[in-house]
Amino acid sequence: MIPAFLRPLWAFVFRDFHLTRRYFSWVVVFTFYALVSSATIALIGVAAGDERLTLTLVLGVLLWSFLSAMFQEISNSISYERWEGALEYTFMAPVHRLTHLLGVSLFAVAYSVVRTIVIMVGLLFFVHLSFAGANLWGVLVASVAFMGLGLVAAILPVLSPENGAQATNIVQGVLLLVSGIYYPVEVLPAWVQPLSAFSPATYALAAARKLMGLDRPLSEAGTLAGAPLGAVTHELLVLALMGAVLVPLGLWIFGLVELWAKRTGKLKRTG
Amino acid sequence: MRTIEVHDLQKTFSSRQGWFGARKVERALDGVSFHVDEGETYALLGPNGSGKSTLIRILATLLLPDGGRVRVLGRPLPGGEAEVRRRIGRVSVDAAFYKKLSARENLLYAAQFYGIEPTAAGKKALGILERLGLEPRRFHDPLEEMSRGMQQKIAIARALLHDPPLLLLDESTTGLDPASKREVQRFLEELRAERGTTILLTTHDMDEAERLAARIGFLARGRLVAEGEADELKQEAGAADLEEAFIRRTGEGFAPAAAGEAV
Repeated sequence: MIPAFLRPLWAFVFRDFHLTRRYFSWVVVFTFYALVSSATIALIGVAAGDERLTLTLVLGVLLWSFLSAMFQEISNSISYERWEGALEYTFMAPVHRLTHLLGVSLFAVAYSVVRTIVIMVGLLFFVHLSFAGANLWGVLVASVAFMGLGLVAAILPVLSPENGAQATNIVQGVLLLVSGIYYPVEVLPAWVQPLSAFSPATYALAAARKLMGLDRPLSEAGTLAGAPLGAVTHELLVLALMGAVLVPLGLWIFGLVELWAKRTGKLKRTG
Repeated sequence: MRTIEVHDLQKTFSSRQGWFGARKVERALDGVSFHVDEGETYALLGPNGSGKSTLIRILATLLLPDGGRVRVLGRPLPGGEAEVRRRIGRVSVDAAFYKKLSARENLLYAAQFYGIEPTAAGKKALGILERLGLEPRRFHDPLEEMSRGMQQKIAIARALLHDPPLLLLDESTTGLDPASKREVQRFLEELRAERGTTILLTTHDMDEAERLAARIGFLARGRLVAEGEADELKQEAGAADLEEAFIRRTGEGFAPAAAGEAV
């Protein structure tokens, strides 16, 4: 039973759940493709005969799978509504934009978690994974900061009905490049490296690698020696700060763009 | 009491062809003034591109006016959007639905915006749809498997789920078969009689305007050129029917607007 004041928020979760159910074959195809590409990346570590490299790559694909799926769901939420022809209906519904975007984000997080678990289970059929000794707490902390980035990117389809959805892919691609998902950011060209400081994924990965013990030798028992949460205080603080700035910033920019769209008529279905 | 008050409403749109093309300005509404009383049905008649949809979008809080004054249900626009959105229902010419979702899912999604409990919303929606002539078994079918007429009936049910005192109908019967059109029109008449709902409708259909509306406004090229009861409009123009009256007052027929004209 959903309390009345939470029903508007729940409406978006309800809608996105049923849309996902109706587009289930697409979900299966995308998840399968993500699993296969994740496996091909993880197998590079297997081919090198380096378990630590394999785990580093697996951590990269899982974290990126989670963050990119969430980013995509949030940033494309406006495009989906435009494609469906329901954008105007949503924008004249009696809900605060914060409620709207929180509802979309809530489903995006749940969807991304399930998708990442499916990919992780699938990877077990390709590589031997042992997370024994790893500290998995805090690995998902990056999600709030990524939500903020998703909200900022969600304005692109409002700004440009024709090219906005494509532009969100460019933002996602840049994040993948600069965050050092599969490599240390130090290997990036010097002119690209400063950009990595602005990506939440950089800090999420650094923290996750420490928590899993991928940045230190194995324990005497031959298992990973994950660091305690205290060892990643710096990364967690940066991520919390990024979340605290990016989420309100995303909402504020979204509000400005919504006003602009209402002034210029860009909400119209066909743009 | 006046449910809608519009005074000297202005709206222009500008667009550019490509990155460096010349900016083209379209005047969609040019000083429109009118009002709709509580419980009244008012029809705006005009060809495509005359500004009808722009006007409805402003009243539905989807567009910001460039100038003039607008009050809906006693609230100014812009400014009173939150209250206005809670108390209006809108049906547009293109039934804005998630086509893969069933009618039930679309309606329950909408009901939650108004805090309506799902069981109550389902019962109410079914009641409205039965009155509109839709078979209850279609309630669980995806919208994409339904005809346009059925989709419009569901759009009407959605707009009425929260008992709004004001209903905005933007060419809501355009493209419906004659039987469906009559069912919708009969339902709107009942709605006004039972609940005193105020209705603003835009249409191309002269007969529909004459049948449903107490007063009619002629909108052409973004200007309200005449308004009154159907008989008054015909008499003033010395015309046998509304279409002839419209042509005489505006100097244009109901052909689609040429590119560059008001929208």
